[in-house]
Amino acid sequence: MRSSRPAVVLIGLALLALVSVVLFMTLGAKGNWGFVLGFRGKKLLGLVLVAYAVAVSTLLFQTVTNNRILTPSIMGFDALYVLIKTSVVFFLGVGALVAIDSQIQFLVEVLVMVAFSGLLFRWLFLGEERSLHLLVLVGIIFGVLFRSLSQLMQRMLDPGAFNVLQDTMFASFATTDPTLLGISCVIVVAVSVVGLRLMHTYDVLSLGRAQAINLGVDYKRTVVIILSLVAILVSVSTALVGPVTFFGLLVATLAHSLIGNSKHRYVLPAAILLGIIALVGGQTLLERVFAFDTALSIIIEFLGGVVFIALVLRRSAR
Amino acid sequence: MRALILALIAVLALATISVFVGVSDVSPLAVLTGTADSRAMEVLMISRVPRTLALILAGASMAIAGLVMQMVVRNRFVEPSTTGTSESAALGFLVVTLLVPGWPLMAKMGVSALFALGGTALFLRVLRAVPLRDVLLVPLVGIMLGGIIGALTAFIAYRANLMASLLAWNMGDFSGVIRGRYELLWLGLVCGVLAYIAADRFTVAGMGKDFTTNLGLNHNHVMVLGLIIVSVVSAVVLVSVGSIPFLGLIVPNLVSLVIGDNMRRTVPWVALGGALMVLICDIAGRLIRFPYEIPIAVVMGVVGSALFLYLLLRTPRHAT
Repeated sequence: MRSSRPAVVLIGLALLALVSVVLFMTLGAKGNWGFVLGFRGKKLLGLVLVAYAVAVSTLLFQTVTNNRILTPSIMGFDALYVLIKTSVVFFLGVGALVAIDSQIQFLVEVLVMVAFSGLLFRWLFLGEERSLHLLVLVGIIFGVLFRSLSQLMQRMLDPGAFNVLQDTMFASFATTDPTLLGISCVIVVAVSVVGLRLMHTYDVLSLGRAQAINLGVDYKRTVVIILSLVAILVSVSTALVGPVTFFGLLVATLAHSLIGNSKHRYVLPAAILLGIIALVGGQTLLERVFAFDTALSIIIEFLGGVVFIALVLRRSAR
Repeated sequence: MRALILALIAVLALATISVFVGVSDVSPLAVLTGTADSRAMEVLMISRVPRTLALILAGASMAIAGLVMQMVVRNRFVEPSTTGTSESAALGFLVVTLLVPGWPLMAKMGVSALFALGGTALFLRVLRAVPLRDVLLVPLVGIMLGGIIGALTAFIAYRANLMASLLAWNMGDFSGVIRGRYELLWLGLVCGVLAYIAADRFTVAGMGKDFTTNLGLNHNHVMVLGLIIVSVVSAVVLVSVGSIPFLGLIVPNLVSLVIGDNMRRTVPWVALGGALMVLICDIAGRLIRFPYEIPIAVVMGVVGSALFLYLLLRTPRHAT
């Protein structure tokens, strides 16, 4: 009985995700089906990509840092992406934003992001041993610093350029950026291929640094690769919907407690499915049933904050 | 004492600069010799002087509120914006604005202060559930609690179509200050004086409950007095100019690095330091992109978070 639990949970989640997707595509649809399906299909693809990117990046980040409280967004990863994007506009001018193809821009931003976050997080995680609470606090404050710097630069832009940029600052699941869908798909597939090839090391890595080295993992190299994958995925999700702080934490925590063990081959798909259910299902519910349109990120923020406090308190109670 | 007078002179000098920075031309020479035209004098009396006064009052009282909070919670990393106090004040102001829009500002501020008090009490209640008082856990829980209250506030504002007003309150900005719109801040000064009078009690309370009781003081009374001061200051600053992040955290820490923890001695320093910091950030915000200005919350966000990171990472041994 016990061994079949992950499989049962996964099948259940897959069914729920499927129901969310079907409802999202069909509920309240009037008029030309070809148009509705095409329009909603793009939105759906955006949401699924974001759910996938957030779920995978959070879980891998937690594996590498060997704890279940940290997430890339709590550590200021997505605020860093917004800062990089703002700096591009600030230093190269909004002309560059219009003249250069948006997909090439995106690729360059992702590269800078990987390099930058690589340096920052190598310094935070691979240096001396630091306490978890210090890391979380430093991450949150880094997030504030990145956001404030972006705001400072945005205030110094002219209003036209500011308008172009402003959309990246607010998380909105209702409007994903359609021009980036294609390239995001390609990137996500590429990341997944690399990620799958490392699949066998995740469970070992989550035992902690000393154990992993003992069991023959090339620790530094693997961690650097995984952190780069995380940075790329965070760039994808932030570029599509803007920064979200707690979504990943919510999904990862739920996945762990539903599956009941921490094997990545169960937890990863569970987290992805949960992400799809939360985003697609939540969006359907809010749009069609309650008629709020962009409040999903606020609700996720609220729930995630509660989960976070509960986790922190439970951890320190032990 | 001499150093304190020097600091006072520095504040006055910056205040003078602050009065004469601006788009509308007000020449210091003309004002001093009495030859300024009536328009310049009007700008001075209605806009410039009130703004500078507001800066000094808000800076000094927020810094003192931070100091009191750090004494009461016995943690160096707390201040109204890392304990959910500012966010609760904003929630209170939003709720009262929605329910009874016609109330006078004073009454709304009172409700806002009550919410701030409630939010801080909730924070202390949550803290009591943490058995191990990790120094860093306290601000962490506070920031998250603030995030939750902030999300709740955002949700209500979103449903009521008040998102824009909410953004305006949350972003500390002195550009809207004119005569008649800042006077509530004098209440902050009253709180600061109150904190100074009770300074010795807070110093003792900062040494722990048993120690306080041993010396014959009622620890709970001191706590409640401190929390009332903090809540009123947060509410007053929020409704007058919006929230100014990190101010109450950075200034008391820098002061205590230099002259220690005796509150009787640190209060004047913290007050002057808070005023200095706000004046500098505001003047910088006004000059960086002259003639436009950058809200002080943005400038403080950059300066404050950088200094906070420095305090956190300075000596890892102390922090853990």
